[in-house]
Amino acid sequence: MTVAEMTYREALRSTLVEEMDRDPRVLLLGEDIGVYQGTFRVTEGLLERYGPRRVLDTPISELGFIGAAIGMAMLGLRPVVEVMTWNFSLPAADQILQNAAKVRYFSGGQVSVPLVIRGPNGAGVQLSAQHSQSLESFYGHFPGLRVVAPATPADAKGLLRSAIRGDDPVIFLEHAALYGVKGPVPEGEYTVPFGQAAVVRPGREVTVVAYSRMLHLVLAVAEDLAREGVECEVVDLRSLRPLDMETVAASVRRTHRAVVVQEQWPLFGAAAEVATGIYERCFDDLDAPVVRVTGEDVPAPYARNLEKLAFPDEDRIQAAIRRVLQ
Amino acid sequence: MAEVIMPKMGDAMTEGKILTWRKRHGERVETGEVLAEIETDKVNVEIEAETSGTLHIAVPAGQTVPVGHVIAYIDGQPASAVEATAPEAAAADAVAPPAPEPTRPPAPEPPRPRVKASPLARRIASEHGVDLSAVQGTGPGGRIVERDVLAYLERRGEAAPAPAAPEEEYEDVPLNRMRQAIARVVTQSKQQVPHFYVTAEVDMSRALELREQLQEALGEEGRVTVNDLVLKATALALQRHPDLNSQVLDDRSLRRFRRVHLGVMVATQDGLIAPVLRDADRLPLLQLAKEARRLVEGAHAKRLRQEEYTGATFSVSNLGMYEVVNFVAIIHPPQAGILAVGRAQERPVVRAGQVVVRPVLQLTVSADHRVTDGVGAAQFLVEVKRLLENPVRLLL
Repeated sequence: MTVAEMTYREALRSTLVEEMDRDPRVLLLGEDIGVYQGTFRVTEGLLERYGPRRVLDTPISELGFIGAAIGMAMLGLRPVVEVMTWNFSLPAADQILQNAAKVRYFSGGQVSVPLVIRGPNGAGVQLSAQHSQSLESFYGHFPGLRVVAPATPADAKGLLRSAIRGDDPVIFLEHAALYGVKGPVPEGEYTVPFGQAAVVRPGREVTVVAYSRMLHLVLAVAEDLAREGVECEVVDLRSLRPLDMETVAASVRRTHRAVVVQEQWPLFGAAAEVATGIYERCFDDLDAPVVRVTGEDVPAPYARNLEKLAFPDEDRIQAAIRRVLQ
Repeated sequence: MAEVIMPKMGDAMTEGKILTWRKRHGERVETGEVLAEIETDKVNVEIEAETSGTLHIAVPAGQTVPVGHVIAYIDGQPASAVEATAPEAAAADAVAPPAPEPTRPPAPEPPRPRVKASPLARRIASEHGVDLSAVQGTGPGGRIVERDVLAYLERRGEAAPAPAAPEEEYEDVPLNRMRQAIARVVTQSKQQVPHFYVTAEVDMSRALELREQLQEALGEEGRVTVNDLVLKATALALQRHPDLNSQVLDDRSLRRFRRVHLGVMVATQDGLIAPVLRDADRLPLLQLAKEARRLVEGAHAKRLRQEEYTGATFSVSNLGMYEVVNFVAIIHPPQAGILAVGRAQERPVVRAGQVVVRPVLQLTVSADHRVTDGVGAAQFLVEVKRLLENPVRLLL
């Protein structure tokens, strides 16, 4: 398998192309994805390539087009819906939570919903309070959904392929700050299965768990601390539902200390879930309480200086790691 | 009821181990009698009874407890009061219910605060049968964490459990008490004391001659080492340059000591210890040599009393017995300086335009820049050099 250097955006786009070429049932829906080629240019050139029957520019009605996509999926198509940001999925929350997540259960397995909804999630690019939210714990709460959040171009490709080929509705959380990030991406039919966290940096003193944009901050901090001789083991969750607690727990059993980093608000967040999972699985291996690093408990500010204060940065992550190492 | 606590012998001491109890549980002890022997960071010390009474041991020998922890109680009830009950009982009417046996008062339960320990520390402790109340916690808020239990096991002579990952390419060795203390001190010193260094070369020809003359004239009594000469010269030089014989009190003032107490660095099996030559400037050379020898032997035998290794105002470190030309030492706070002594080696030097071979000794002083500057340290060092090159003054 050869490896190509490409951006997160290119990894997503090339995977859409490969899957649309391979399977005529795959089609795209979303606002401004065709003529405008996508707000973040993920669907660039795809209208020209596949035509308007497979690349559908929709009206500004998430409730409508996501509902339509659920119907398509129930009848055998494999729609991939782009939401301009995940915040715009909220008008369609009823369709996603009450229908997509439950149809297979209600039908006793007779009807599944092979639907992917993808778009940018999270904060850090000055989109203010309504457009900077992180909805992973909101969607991760509901049985019947799959929730993934790739941090690297390779995982963007591998997880998107698993999402499109899977038979369940997938909440595919990209990050606006990551579209330009470059990285090595295996070519060909590279797949990352859901529910497998990755140890992306081995270390022996503390386990630091993160996903999406926070992973990159954590890796930078780990690099800094390594110069002082502090070896962090960094775990990228990649998939939040299903959540691979075994990989996290195995790491904590080696390091005995853990920090969990999330961009979202502190209450009822992914970090709390992971911390509890650690306590449930390996309490007797812990040498210190698990420390969380989270966004501040406020609506996301627009002003750059305030936005920086409201979300975890390298300094705060480093301070948390030092605290757990005391 | 008087408490006997683990004493604090020096600032760096946080815990101590009870090596042996010299008195038995329930035994009568008198004020001033030795109760137990304690192992601290540096040496073994004896604990004496501060009051008379019956001894109730709360912590058995072999255990390590934090400073201030109660290790025993002395019941102050006079012995005669206990004895007095016996004859009374004997004289009592036969039909009266028998008087209770004069029993020893039960040993009071030592206070047992809830031990704060991490789950991992608890697991390791229970696997090795360690009583956590004997372990000193170094985690946040005094929590006992893994490293504390491992250090305890190491002291107890048990191998620490192997690290979890079996394929590791390194081994982790817990620091012994002395190394822990040294680590704390040198880290604090290098972080907080602005060190600077000045080096000078000393022609030791005359000093070595003097040494030989003394030995010829006095035999064993006249035995002095190069280090003794350096110590004496250093002490005299400090008299004249008291800035280096001082300590920083705060941003506004320093304390100059009127007396010169030299710490003499001794490398023992467990680590470094610096017994103190008190009033080294006033001690006649031969007496200084004798005292230095006694202190070094005491250090190796771990027999020093606390006052014998605390209170130095300046230190001297000598690696001359090794093949070392020169080195730089770390100041031992709150002292303001330390002199590093290399090996006197025969070297070509120029004297009156001629190259001649002379024994040359390199001295490097590390000084705290808050109390003096380059010129001050240089003047001190030149004074040491002059004294060693004209050693008759060392005999005055």
